Amino acid sequence: MIYYFIAILIFVIGLYGLLVKRNLFKIIIALIIMEYANFLLFALIGFRKEGTAPIQPIVGGKVFVDPLPQALVLTAIVIGLGTTALIVALAVRIYEKYGTLDIRKIKKLKG
Amino acid sequence: MDWIIPIFVVIPLGLAFILPIIGKNRRVGDVLTNLATLALLCFAIYSIKFAKSTIVYKLGNWQPVKGIPIGIYMVLDGLSIFMLVTVNLVAFMCTLYSINYMEKFTDKTRYYTLFLLMLAGMNGVILTGDFFNLFVFLEIAAIASYALVAFGTEAEELEAAFKYQVMGSIGSAFILLGITLLYSYTGTLNMADVSRVLITKGVSKLVIFVSVLFIVGFGLKSAIMPFHMWLPDAHPSAPAPISAMLSGVLIKTLGIYALVRVFFNVIGTNPVILNTIIVLSIISMVLGILLAMVQRDLKRLLAYSSISHVGLILLGVGLGTPLGMLGGLFHLLNHAVFKSLLFLNSGAIVYSAGTRDLDNMGGLRNNMPVTADTSLVASMAISGIPPFNGFWSKLLIIFACVEAGRPWLAVFAIVASIVTIGVFMKLQKQAFFGESKVDISKIKEVPGFMVFAMIVLAILCVVLGLILLPKLRPIFLNPVVDILKNGLEYSVRVLR
Amino acid sequence: MNERGMSLIVKTIARVLVGMIVLYGIYIVAHGHLTPGGGFAGGVIIAGGFILLYLAYGASEKESEFKKWQASLSESLGIFGFWLVAMLGLFIGGYFFLNVFAKGQSYRLFSGGIIPVCNAAIGAEVAGALVGIFIAFAALKLLGEK
Repeated sequence: MIYYFIAILIFVIGLYGLLVKRNLFKIIIALIIMEYANFLLFALIGFRKEGTAPIQPIVGGKVFVDPLPQALVLTAIVIGLGTTALIVALAVRIYEKYGTLDIRKIKKLKG
Repeated sequence: MDWIIPIFVVIPLGLAFILPIIGKNRRVGDVLTNLATLALLCFAIYSIKFAKSTIVYKLGNWQPVKGIPIGIYMVLDGLSIFMLVTVNLVAFMCTLYSINYMEKFTDKTRYYTLFLLMLAGMNGVILTGDFFNLFVFLEIAAIASYALVAFGTEAEELEAAFKYQVMGSIGSAFILLGITLLYSYTGTLNMADVSRVLITKGVSKLVIFVSVLFIVGFGLKSAIMPFHMWLPDAHPSAPAPISAMLSGVLIKTLGIYALVRVFFNVIGTNPVILNTIIVLSIISMVLGILLAMVQRDLKRLLAYSSISHVGLILLGVGLGTPLGMLGGLFHLLNHAVFKSLLFLNSGAIVYSAGTRDLDNMGGLRNNMPVTADTSLVASMAISGIPPFNGFWSKLLIIFACVEAGRPWLAVFAIVASIVTIGVFMKLQKQAFFGESKVDISKIKEVPGFMVFAMIVLAILCVVLGLILLPKLRPIFLNPVVDILKNGLEYSVRVLR
Repeated sequence: MNERGMSLIVKTIARVLVGMIVLYGIYIVAHGHLTPGGGFAGGVIIAGGFILLYLAYGASEKESEFKKWQASLSESLGIFGFWLVAMLGLFIGGYFFLNVFAKGQSYRLFSGGIIPVCNAAIGAEVAGALVGIFIAFAALKLLGEK
């Protein structure tokens, strides 16, 4: 149960970094931390006490851990990779156009 | 007949995958994409005849084991067909428009690839019956739209795309957190099965927390206040057909449709959640149009007006009565049609006159007659002037507010409508009528496909009010309301 | 002697190791239905091998053996192959993604129907995509330097 709270704590840390930090790349890293905390929580939910890896044939205990969250977290990690690649490319191009990485100075759109 | 269901996802996905290889010549991309969207529109209109029943498609033919569904389901019922027709209609008009408009940009084939991916993602969101599949298709559509907003790679477009992507990713993270917690409570990801487990197990505090997470997540995707900060930057910066798709269908599919499906069919509504949605919608409706009054940029004004109308749709849906749901969802269709027409008009002005600033326009009526006429039709429709389609849906929502015993909400809706009339009269006067402040002698009308797309949408603005007639209503609109009225029977219908 | 890139030791070791890294990646992809891994993880490892070559020899697209169009072609063919296999299910069996190939005995290499073919397609696609992303960033960096 404590592990769930740690995962949600990491999520909140990512959210804090997203809101407070001013450098573009620190915002991206905070976003990645937030996503990965989500995946950690999802994988933890599948855990069963005294369960073993969900691979046939069964060795050790009698119960499998839940394989569904593991498969879904794999898919979600790849989606996160795609998102990260796109947003880092955007950040690099913004640096070329604006010359700065400080979001307080990247403010051409107003109103 | 159920092979028709994966067609909506398979055709745009397959074409998007093959287009980078065979699309070195731009004409190939043009022809194939337009054929694909035309085919999808025909399939969507054909599937209207299935509107009264629920068709379930099991991917990979994985049959249920002891009554518990394994495998991914795709569900086609009245609400899905309604959204499919809306999305594919606007998509076909936008691809027709893009044939001429995107000549000025560099990589047209890559534009078509991203457009088809976004369309496949939206169709997938509409048709899916499984929570994680919903998340995956949501991400596909969202990531394609982030890349499309930044398509012109000017400085402002990149900044708008960055802001859009950060806020969109926050929304997706909240949605995934909600799906995770819901899975931990119910042990299954299939929407119908979750609904069945929630009926037997009861709604606990965790489900209320998940509801709040979903309101925040889907609210970020549909840009209601206070989650609207990305929309006034992202929608003007995108190329005009993408603005039309974003404002016309994307915020409605990823935001409103998903919210309605999850709340009315899976979790079940209670008055607290509906009142929260109504409060948020009233704030969006009024503040959105007030902020639109002071804008000088044409597309930014249209973007703020989108926020206001999304508020109006959610007001209709959040009332919970059948008349309110009918009004809200009909307004979804109407808003898709006339808002995309307005964005296509603004794109035509940018294509010919090169400016988006309302202070620099004026008197374009003589030089661009088709654009001016269709823009007048769209402005009258969005203001709610009879007999255009906007009038009927706004009337239904106002009647529904009074019928539900809350006349104060109707007052807010009427105030917002009056301000909308004022805003769009100002837009018409400054853009098309009146004296011109700059030299407009060289401006002429836009090329053929753009004109065709705008005229078709304008005709739809005039004609769509007719589907409220009592003879035509059971074909298209009544099945939608039935799905939402007896929301929790979704699980019974799907798991039969 | 090439001034860009790393020292001679790194270049030699990278040349020797690339074959083994790519082979290891192919092993992970091929046994995806038996051991953990599969298309994504194996594709990332294969891409890692090629990126190692780029890094060791200095990232310049004009001088390298692997160009961007090869990575893009691998990516597009991989994902289109995946779509074709899924459509085969639709045409032959009537259901999208149906498992239409022979299923063989359990735990052998050639069992599991369409799963090894899907893994191979995804491996090609992920490898091509990651190498393409790396080339795009490296080429951008050199443009910035000029």
